Amino acid sequence: MATAIDLQVETAHGAGHDSHDGHGHADHPPTSTGLNSRKMLMWLFLTSDCMFFGTLIATYMTYRTRSIEIGTPPYPNEIFDIPYTSVSAFVLLMSSLTMVLALAAIQRGNHRGLRIWISATALLGAIFVGGQFFEFTTFTQEGLGLSSNIFGSSFFVLTGFHGAHVTIGVAWLLSILFLSLRGGLPPEKSLDVEIAGLYWHFVDIVWIVIFTLVYLVPYPDGPAGAAEAAPEAFVRLLTVGERFLAALP
Amino acid sequence: MASIAQPRVQAPALPRPYVEQSGLWSWLTTVDHKRIAKLYGVSAFIFFLLGGLEAMLIRSQLTRPENNVVDAQRYNELFTMHGTTMIFLVVMPLSVAFFNLVVPLQIGARDVAFPRLNGFSYWTFLAGATILYIPTIFSLPGIFARIAAGALNSLLGLPVLNGLQAWLDAHLPFATLVPDQGWYGYAPLTQTLFSGREIDFWALGLQILGVASMAGAFNFIVTIINLRAPGMSMMRVPIFSWSTLITSVLIIMAFPAITIALVLLTFDRLGGTHFYQAFNIVDGTLVTAGGDPMLWQHLFWIFGHPEVYILILPAFGLVSEIIPVFSRKPLFGYAVMVYAIAAIAFLGFGVWVHHMFTTGLGPTPVAAFSASTMLIAIPTGVKILNWTATMWGGSLKFTTPMLFAVGLVSQFVIGGLSGVMHSVVPVDTQQNDTYFIVAHFHYVLFGGSIFALMGAIYFYWPKAFGKLLDERLGKIQFWLQFAGFNLTFFPMHFLGLAGMPRRYSTYSFESGWWFWNVIATTGALLIASSLLVFLINVQRTAQSKQNVGPNPWDAATLEWAIPSPPPVYNFRIIPFITHRDQLWHDQYDRALEASGRPDRVADAIVEVDQLPEHSRVGVAVAEAEAEEGNIHLPNPSYYPLLAGIGIFLLAFGILAHNPHIQLGFFGIPIVSAAGFLALVVAVYGWSFEPAG
Repeated sequence: MATAIDLQVETAHGAGHDSHDGHGHADHPPTSTGLNSRKMLMWLFLTSDCMFFGTLIATYMTYRTRSIEIGTPPYPNEIFDIPYTSVSAFVLLMSSLTMVLALAAIQRGNHRGLRIWISATALLGAIFVGGQFFEFTTFTQEGLGLSSNIFGSSFFVLTGFHGAHVTIGVAWLLSILFLSLRGGLPPEKSLDVEIAGLYWHFVDIVWIVIFTLVYLVPYPDGPAGAAEAAPEAFVRLLTVGERFLAALP
Repeated sequence: MASIAQPRVQAPALPRPYVEQSGLWSWLTTVDHKRIAKLYGVSAFIFFLLGGLEAMLIRSQLTRPENNVVDAQRYNELFTMHGTTMIFLVVMPLSVAFFNLVVPLQIGARDVAFPRLNGFSYWTFLAGATILYIPTIFSLPGIFARIAAGALNSLLGLPVLNGLQAWLDAHLPFATLVPDQGWYGYAPLTQTLFSGREIDFWALGLQILGVASMAGAFNFIVTIINLRAPGMSMMRVPIFSWSTLITSVLIIMAFPAITIALVLLTFDRLGGTHFYQAFNIVDGTLVTAGGDPMLWQHLFWIFGHPEVYILILPAFGLVSEIIPVFSRKPLFGYAVMVYAIAAIAFLGFGVWVHHMFTTGLGPTPVAAFSASTMLIAIPTGVKILNWTATMWGGSLKFTTPMLFAVGLVSQFVIGGLSGVMHSVVPVDTQQNDTYFIVAHFHYVLFGGSIFALMGAIYFYWPKAFGKLLDERLGKIQFWLQFAGFNLTFFPMHFLGLAGMPRRYSTYSFESGWWFWNVIATTGALLIASSLLVFLINVQRTAQSKQNVGPNPWDAATLEWAIPSPPPVYNFRIIPFITHRDQLWHDQYDRALEASGRPDRVADAIVEVDQLPEHSRVGVAVAEAEAEEGNIHLPNPSYYPLLAGIGIFLLAFGILAHNPHIQLGFFGIPIVSAAGFLALVVAVYGWSFEPAG
């Protein structure tokens, strides 16, 4: 009966915890899908983050060669140091490996392994951020600032947004390291590491896309060469599409 | 009355009474979804009154040609803030109030999946809304001073208050900083060349509101997917929870686009970039800047069109709950309704260019987006058909919620028809930026969203407060609102076709638009009086001493199985679900089986045995809690509030930063630094606080 529900109960948070612990589900009762809610939250956040990066990448692609077309230097080919950025991209990708090792360690109850690999991941991330800081400083000295031209604006906002993600990730990893050193991270709570790992891998994967589209896909040299060089990359893709369309009945 | 929440094991008497907390601190630290719903509802209603006040000022200015109630600048500010308010501070938070109040109860949960994140959503919403509204509040005294001066002048011939508006605007802080660029903030109007600091309030306010909306959306997706009562498969989830789920998916996919668009705008304004500006003036000469105002339009409408479905899908969900109850029939075509919501949401991402048909994009995109816009009418038509079919042959009871729900069905059809007209490009080109468009979107947003939300307020009031709003006053309100709404907005179709442009602060005597504008203003007065009736109704109901019991409407979903207002823990024992319309099944279907008293426990046991292992564990935990008399509830927390304050200070520091007053050191405004610090403290405090 409806009135039977209206029984008075105590809040009893402490006792509530105990009763849960008795069932072996520390803080989280089982869910409808069996999937952990916090992990699902992180996946949803990453879905949303895809749209954040997608919007920024679309903006970058819109303005990619705009400065060259309208003749406002400095141009990408004068600025980018692809070998340098490749090294820092390699560093960031390696940090995904150390992240996997950190998670594997804590899942086996290996606290020392966790601390070593989490430190390594944070260090590699910090090297990437430091490298980006150095890169930005160099670019600024070479005359490419946030407001120098539309290429500089879209470049700094996109890569800076990614750099901010890595910075937050490093702070997160260091917090996990601190928690582990304080003894607050038993193997049952390896989910904390797993969720940070999801974020970290996502940030790495996004960098692969950004690195390819921003650095690796070639740019025309300058306003004079723009017309001839532009077909090199994207227009070639377009022609493939056009040929495909032309072949249709 | 049968109840599905009947305990399977009789719980022993409990030692200490459960006392619901009271006092200001308990509201500031609350993580209870029902309280957060009330906070959202009250805030949204206050903004509804402010947005309505702005609308009334707009209407009084347009009552006669060459009118001078407000000047052109204030007029621009009024329509900008009216649009921004009604969309971001009224319809969205009012929908979120119902997500909070109804969804956890409907799916048989004790709270949302992340109660503290829920509190954070609300406080962040309030922070963003405050940032957005600071200048407007300070501009209102000047507007009223001008009206008073005008009245004294023309009626009594007393020129006593003439300089008051200028004096107030000069002396009140922020009074001249009201956003004035229109709710969709087209570039290059928002660029520093053409505007002052007012755009910063708008841009930062909306960015913060986006954070709040997204945090809430993550929470509700996880809640609906993960916290359903045992036995509630996805196709047994009540239709309002389905529309909440899909609206939330739209929010997390669409808000990033506008957030980034606003970030780029903020860079344009504060960082010296030119994302949205093709040319710039440097030392008096025109130079190419390389940006493109069209980028803003694309990014804005990639968000903006899903946004209109974010505004209407919750309303559709609410109406889909109300109509079956008062038709005494289950919803017609439940599964198709779910698919229709999903189809609308999916197609909603592929139609944004229909807001930009007149920008010269060329025939191919225009033709493609014209076709996709026509497509979206199909699932919408399916919904209209299903509501009609639900009512068909039902024993209809025209209570106030039902009147509002049927109001939505009829008014939305009008708005939908004028909407699909605009997928035809020549028609759109003809009507672009005229009052026809204003008529169209008020028919879908007022005739759609606001009607449904009003109906839902009447429908869920007994659940939230244990008292029914007065039906007689409710019906008076409905008919006043219905008549006022149609008087206001139907003539706008004629005005638009006659060529009256939107957003002009006045029109000439020769235009011939006077008559229909007088009718529209009369209608607006009726709408205002209908709101007055509502406030009287609320006040009277608050004084009454009724107690309606769990299910005054004899509705079918789980929220009606528990007392009104619900206890803090919602469900004494988490119920088992065997049917979509569980309460009707318990009360009517099983009674028909002539086996005497409905034995849904036996039903449930059969059903539970077929559940996967992890769901059975959930049942066991719920029963154990009930036996031990310990229902586990999340602890209150002040970290969400602290995070909201931090975000507010962070943004306010940027806004209040005045180059002439050195508030900060090393170029960093102290207020922003304090806000950032508060945010960091809140994030860490939150993480290390026992989750509860």
